[in-house]
Amino acid sequence: MWAYRLNIPSHWRLLSERYRLAGGYCENCGHKMFPKQKICPKCGSEKIKPVELPRRGKVITYTIVQTPPRGFEYYTPYILAIIELEDGTRVFGQLTDIEPSEIQEGMEVEMTIRKVRVSGESGAIAYAYKFRPLE
Amino acid sequence: MRPNRSVGIVGWGAYVPKYRITSKELARAWGKDWKKYAARILVEEKSVPGIDEDTFTIAYEAAKNAIRRARVDPSEIKAVFVGTESKPYAVKPTATMLAEALMIGGEERLTLGADFEFACKAGSEAMQAVIGLVGSRMIDYGLAVGADTAQGAPGDALEYTASAGGAAFVIGTEDKSVARIVGTCSYVTDTPDFWRRQLAKYPSHTSGFTGKPAYFTHIINASKKLMEEMGTSPKDYDYVVFHQPNGKFPLKVAKMLGFTEEQVKPGLITPFIGNTYSASSMIGLAAVLDIAKPGETILVTSFGSGAGSDSFHIEVSDRIEEVRNCVPRVIDFIKKKVYVDYAIYSRNRRMIIMPAGIGDY
Repeated sequence: MWAYRLNIPSHWRLLSERYRLAGGYCENCGHKMFPKQKICPKCGSEKIKPVELPRRGKVITYTIVQTPPRGFEYYTPYILAIIELEDGTRVFGQLTDIEPSEIQEGMEVEMTIRKVRVSGESGAIAYAYKFRPLE
Repeated sequence: MRPNRSVGIVGWGAYVPKYRITSKELARAWGKDWKKYAARILVEEKSVPGIDEDTFTIAYEAAKNAIRRARVDPSEIKAVFVGTESKPYAVKPTATMLAEALMIGGEERLTLGADFEFACKAGSEAMQAVIGLVGSRMIDYGLAVGADTAQGAPGDALEYTASAGGAAFVIGTEDKSVARIVGTCSYVTDTPDFWRRQLAKYPSHTSGFTGKPAYFTHIINASKKLMEEMGTSPKDYDYVVFHQPNGKFPLKVAKMLGFTEEQVKPGLITPFIGNTYSASSMIGLAAVLDIAKPGETILVTSFGSGAGSDSFHIEVSDRIEEVRNCVPRVIDFIKKKVYVDYAIYSRNRRMIIMPAGIGDY
C-alpha cells in the first residue's frame, strides 16, 4: 500500500528555511531570494549568504487546491499563494486559518509554523512555514 | 521553596487556536440533554486546534510571544522545557523543535531542552525547573512552556472540556522581570484519578474520584502550605489562579480556601476556551499578567492528575507596563474565534479514520 514517507535528510537540511524563513542574500547586487540558491538569479554572483526574511507580507496571487496530491486529502480545500514579503522577496507557500471564500489578493499575512505532512501513524512529521491572515 | 537568587517572569505569552465548538453542539452530537449533562460544568465552548496544529505549533506561538515580551535575545535562553501530555512524538522532544524554530541557545543551540509530563501540571513543573536553574545561577534565562491539544474520548465527559492552547514564560533574574516569583511549594501523592496508558489514544478517569481526593486535596494543601511559608492569607492576594478543568472547580476551591470570586475571575479562562490541560493555569496566569498593576500579588496553583500541585507566590513589578501590549493578550485570543460543528471538529481532531494509504494526513 502506498504511503508517504518524509525524506528526513532533505527535511533536516532545510529546517532553517522551513522553520525560520531563511533565504539568500546576494552580496554582489543585494538581491534577496527564497529559497536560497547557489547563484544569484539577478547577477550570476556566487556570493550568496543566508538571511532571515521578514515574516509578514501580502498575497500577490493564489490558487485553491480542490484535488490534492496523495497525503494532503485531510487539508482539502487549501490555498497555495505567492506572498510578497515586506522587503519585496516573493515566497510560495500554503495559507492556513483561512477559508477559500475569504482569500483576496493584497491580503496581509504573517508566517507561522504548521504541520504540512505527516507520514502515517509512525513516520515523521513535516513542519514548515505557512502564512495566515494578519488581523 | 525559595531560589538562592531572586527570579521572576521576564516575559509571558499565550496562544489559543481560533476554532471553537460549543458544549451544546457536543451534547447534540451524542444525543445528550445539554442542561442535565453539560451546563453545570460552566464551560460554554472550547477551543479546537486547526487541522495542521499540534502541541509543537501551539508551543511555538506562545513561546514566540513570551520572547517578544521578554525582549531577550533567544541566544541568551539556556533552557527550554515543554510541559505537555500530547507530545507530537512519544519519543522525540518537542523542546528541540522549539529551540530550532526560535534559535534558542543561539546558532550553536547551547541550551538544555526537555519535555515534561505530569498531566495538567507539566507546564508549572517546567517553570519550577527553570526557577531552580536561574535561582542557582546555572543560567540567566530559561523558557517554560505549557501546551496541549487535550484528549477527551468521543462521547466522554472530558470531551466537553478538553481543548487546545499554550502559554509560555521566560524566567530570568529579578532585575529584568515583570513579576517576581518570591516562593513556591509543590505537593504530590500517588492518586489514580486520571491516566493514559502507553499507546492509548484517550485518557481514562475515575469520575467522582477526580474531585475531592485529587483536585481539591492537592490544590488546597499546596496553596495552604505556600501561604504558611510566605506568612500570607487569601486577603493578601489581588488575584488567584487555579488549575481549571472546568468552570466550577476553581470557584469552589477558591471558596474553600477563603478567596473571593473577584480574586478568581480575571484568571478564570476555561469557561471561554475549555481545559487546555498543561496550559490551563498558565493561561490563567498570562491573563492576569495582561491586566495586573505594579505592586499587585498573585497566587497560582496548578494541578496535575496522578497527582500533584505547584503553588507560586508572584509579585508584579513596574516593568510590566512596558511590555504588556507588545503582543496579543489572552482576551484577544478569546475574542478571535470561528465556530465549527461536530463534523469539522472530528476532522480537525483526526477522529475520522481515512482508508489505508489515503490521507496520511
